[in-house]
Amino acid sequence: MGKYLLRRLLQMIPVFLFATFLIYAMVFLMPGDPIRALFGERSPSASSIAAIRDRYNLDDPFFVQYVKYMLGVLTGDFGTDFRGRAVTDIMTQKIPITVRLAIVAFTMEVLIGIIAGILAAVRKGRFIDNLVLVSTISVISIPIFVIGYMAQLGLAVEMGWFPVAGVTEGFRSYLLPGFVLGSVSLAYVARLTRTSLVENLRADYVRTATSKGMLRRRVIGVHALRNSMIPVVTFLAFDIGSLISGAIITETVFNIPGIGRAVFDAVLQQEGSVVVGLITFLVTVYVVSNLLVDLLYGVLDPRIRYE
Amino acid sequence: MSDQGAAGQHMHEDAVEVIGGETIQAGRAASLWSDAWKQLRRNPMFLVPAGLVLLLMVMAAFPGLFTSIDPRSCTLSDTLGGIPRPSADHWFGLDVQGCDYYSRVIYGARVSVFIGISVTVFALAIAIVLGSVAAFYGGWIDSLISRLTDVWFAIPTILGAIVILTTLGDRVVPIVHWQVKRQGFAQVVLVLIVLGWPQMTRLVRSSVLQAKEADYVDAARVLGASDRRIILRHILPNAITPVIVYSTITVGIIIAAEAALSFLGVGLRLPSISWGIQLSIQPGIIRQNPHLAMFPGVFLSVAVFSFILLGDALRDALDPKLR
Repeated sequence: MGKYLLRRLLQMIPVFLFATFLIYAMVFLMPGDPIRALFGERSPSASSIAAIRDRYNLDDPFFVQYVKYMLGVLTGDFGTDFRGRAVTDIMTQKIPITVRLAIVAFTMEVLIGIIAGILAAVRKGRFIDNLVLVSTISVISIPIFVIGYMAQLGLAVEMGWFPVAGVTEGFRSYLLPGFVLGSVSLAYVARLTRTSLVENLRADYVRTATSKGMLRRRVIGVHALRNSMIPVVTFLAFDIGSLISGAIITETVFNIPGIGRAVFDAVLQQEGSVVVGLITFLVTVYVVSNLLVDLLYGVLDPRIRYE
Repeated sequence: MSDQGAAGQHMHEDAVEVIGGETIQAGRAASLWSDAWKQLRRNPMFLVPAGLVLLLMVMAAFPGLFTSIDPRSCTLSDTLGGIPRPSADHWFGLDVQGCDYYSRVIYGARVSVFIGISVTVFALAIAIVLGSVAAFYGGWIDSLISRLTDVWFAIPTILGAIVILTTLGDRVVPIVHWQVKRQGFAQVVLVLIVLGWPQMTRLVRSSVLQAKEADYVDAARVLGASDRRIILRHILPNAITPVIVYSTITVGIIIAAEAALSFLGVGLRLPSISWGIQLSIQPGIIRQNPHLAMFPGVFLSVAVFSFILLGDALRDALDPKLR
């Protein structure tokens, strides 16, 4: 186990380095001169351009720039944007907002998704099963920004149940965007729970438990459900990364100043260090949650052994 | 070639179409598909989405069949008293620029279908080459390709697409007349291929890994078949089914991704006609005129829905284990 963990951690390093390098290269290759853009209409003096270029290592060869940048990241220095604001400041400001959004989305996925999946599996082929199957496939098919608009127009603007946009109303303002963000994964969780539970309900040990005279709810709740949760839990762990990085569209629709929005704006304004810093964070979340998934397999399913 | 395979082949009428018993695998695949077809043609969960996909294709190829109005002939002054709602003259009303919205929505099918299918085909081609090479040869080449897919996977799709599209700007596009009307088309196709191949490569790899353990592969090798022949004639035909199924679903996913990028303003740009662009109108205007979001939204959702359902139905028919 220790050995396996070590090997996986070592494997993470090249993935992490290459992914950040790719992003860094793309940002570096973006057309236009950010320094000119910074000064707007006025033309800066040659010396101030030189000072800025020097400060952001813009005169070094590309690869040297990347190495300098990564060395900084290792010491917790993600650089500054062209207005002199530390990227870590932007991160501490934006990340909590997206994390809150992701937590709401995640909670809904777990609660609604698993319950819907159990109901569908227990009443397989009946009305509720078909209802769950049809509604989940619809949610998977409808693009998330369409779902977002529909929810916003219907539930926030028309009905007035939720704030329309922004995060000024505390917890309430996260409910609707969180639901929209989690909707697609919620549908997958429900379908996965259903499939997995249906399969396990046919297993021998379930028949044995039933024939012992055990209550049906105990057979399902304790015996079958625990084994059925393995693929669901791994999906959920896998989903943490995609929730946080996938929040950009939801954040756009609901005008939420989170990390997705911040990356998008930074790309448009060619704030290279902000883009790279934030995406480095996202890549880290993603790689770590992937590792968690692999480790969870072993914890949940004792048949899997790590060498 | 193994005997039982050849015998199995002649048991099915469809296999006669296979050229002179050239390959067992093609015969087996045909019978798998013909079995599936027998089941599919009575299944409404297949027929409905298949019909919708067909309709969508016709709409993309011959939009003139559905509307005689030019989507680019617009009268701005028609919107002076507010944007007209749907009426007998304009079934879907007009848009902000005073263009007939029905014809714009119909013409929107074209880029969606085009991008969905071309991205899937190109990504599939890359995936088949890389995935089968990785799985067949194993060793360092497998590690290399697998790590490469890992790296690509670690980049969040939408964010990666935004960065690449901003980087590319207008640079890759050869300025041809055709491109002018489809601003951003080539870039979006390229980006979605670049971000789409790793998923498929993994699928091809795992599918080939399973198929290459089969006895007929050993048999072919004993008979002296070359690697190329084993992969192309024996392994791929048996490994391709889950990949085809997934490709159908991918077309839907790509259509949704294109719309999302256009919605964010980095994908297709005007004067392209795309559902994503139509949905990216200011929220304020949409609140006043819900029909502007509703029609492209419904078309887009139905398109994605059809491809995903079609893939689901195909998977159920072709892989009885998953049922």
